[in-house]
Amino acid sequence: MSRLKSAIPALIPFLVLTASLEIAVRVGWVRSYLIPAPSAVFRAMIESRDELAAAIATTSASALLGFLMSTVTGIAIAVFLSSSRAIQRAFYPYAVFFQTVPIIAIAPLLVIWFGYGMRTVVASAFVVSIFPVIANTLTGILSTEPALRDLFRLYGASTWTTLVKLRFPAALPQILTGLRVASGLAVIGAIVGEFIGGQGLGSVVDVARTQQRVDKVFAAVLLASVLGLALFGMINLVSYWTLRRWHASEQ
Amino acid sequence: MNAARVTVSGPARGGVALDLRGVRKVFQNHTVIEHFDLEVRAGEFLAILGPSGCGKSTLLRIIARLLAPDDGAVAVDPDADRFQTSFVFQDAHLLPWRTVLDNAALPLELMGVAREERYAKARAALDEIGLAEAEDRYPAQLSGGMRMRVSLARALVAEPRLLLLDEPFAALDEITRFRLDLRLRELWKERGLTVVFVTHSISEAAFLANRAVVLARRAGRIKLDRLLELPERNEDLRLDPRYGAEMKILLGAMEEE
Repeated sequence: MSRLKSAIPALIPFLVLTASLEIAVRVGWVRSYLIPAPSAVFRAMIESRDELAAAIATTSASALLGFLMSTVTGIAIAVFLSSSRAIQRAFYPYAVFFQTVPIIAIAPLLVIWFGYGMRTVVASAFVVSIFPVIANTLTGILSTEPALRDLFRLYGASTWTTLVKLRFPAALPQILTGLRVASGLAVIGAIVGEFIGGQGLGSVVDVARTQQRVDKVFAAVLLASVLGLALFGMINLVSYWTLRRWHASEQ
Repeated sequence: MNAARVTVSGPARGGVALDLRGVRKVFQNHTVIEHFDLEVRAGEFLAILGPSGCGKSTLLRIIARLLAPDDGAVAVDPDADRFQTSFVFQDAHLLPWRTVLDNAALPLELMGVAREERYAKARAALDEIGLAEAEDRYPAQLSGGMRMRVSLARALVAEPRLLLLDEPFAALDEITRFRLDLRLRELWKERGLTVVFVTHSISEAAFLANRAVVLARRAGRIKLDRLLELPERNEDLRLDPRYGAEMKILLGAMEEE
């Protein structure tokens, strides 16, 4: 309950902004074809609720799947990179490629490879969200205190044991930071993928745009943000459960 | 599933003798230790004193075999047991995601000792150090002094024959430091292990050790190697004039350059 109460300060700017915008549009200060009145957005949400509900379900599934894949793959790649400096130098630059590739440009390529539909959308979410997982996990694993590594060596721990019992738990706060960033990116990746080749909120935005239905565009974008927030919130919950007894960030 | 590869048993296992011959260590063109010779008898409590940067921490890590010397050798006698050396750092360095009990049991866990046995030994070690009630707490909930006690318990849980300490109590307040010094000395007497204690503090060295080695400012050269002529250590030692006399000798060696 206190967690809900702590969300109230965040809602206040939103309510103020919404109210001001409503007034501004009604009075005529802001053109409604540029920014629709919040009431119009709300009405669009109600009118198209079935369509939007289906869309958000589709996008959620794709974003979540892409995110889970990038979590597992990203962590595995980071573990691999952490094994030696030579391997890092050889392969890390290619991981950076995932950071810099413009997804909007390669999305058509993904359609060619995976066809129209969920596979492309998931691939898009994956490509966009994997790099923060790799980068943060790698930093976390490599940042283990030398004294602790010495301690493990002193008692004959193998490289694998040290990874599992020391480096990985020590890296958890850093990994979760990476996941927080990746979660939002996964939603963006999914939406972009849907623009080009899929159903879901991205498709709703695209179609509504061509129909000049700005209110519907806003409605879909708002729902996409809510989805991003929900994923972010889930990571925070995981962080709270796993770190609460020992890490400063949760105390 | 968890077969015990190693069983640690017996109270006092005694200490090991060390023989360092011609040890040399260079870090990036800088000779940290030039040519170091030292013999340590089994069961001795040796203090190594010296200014910052004199190589004493490096020396300790070489003795622990965490670092290989560039020249020379460290002989340990007997060299039978694989895991007979323990190290206590200046920071407690506990694993924050584990309870005090799991932290204390860590060496045994890494050595492959079964759960029941390692928890029993960890509890015994914590009890000896006065932290029996804290076993379910997490390091974040402990004070600095308590964390250092856990670190000490962890160092003793595998019944080492060689205990190396690198300025372990430097970050603690004076009273806690004094209490831990006393306790360490008591534990040493009970178990008869060999202790090498690196410190900045002359008073601590004089209180704890049988023998003190003073290192020069550079290259780990030995300036003084002395058996301390002191009575049995207790809280009143500081009132004994011999204590002050020894401190004066050590101070003299450290000051001249």
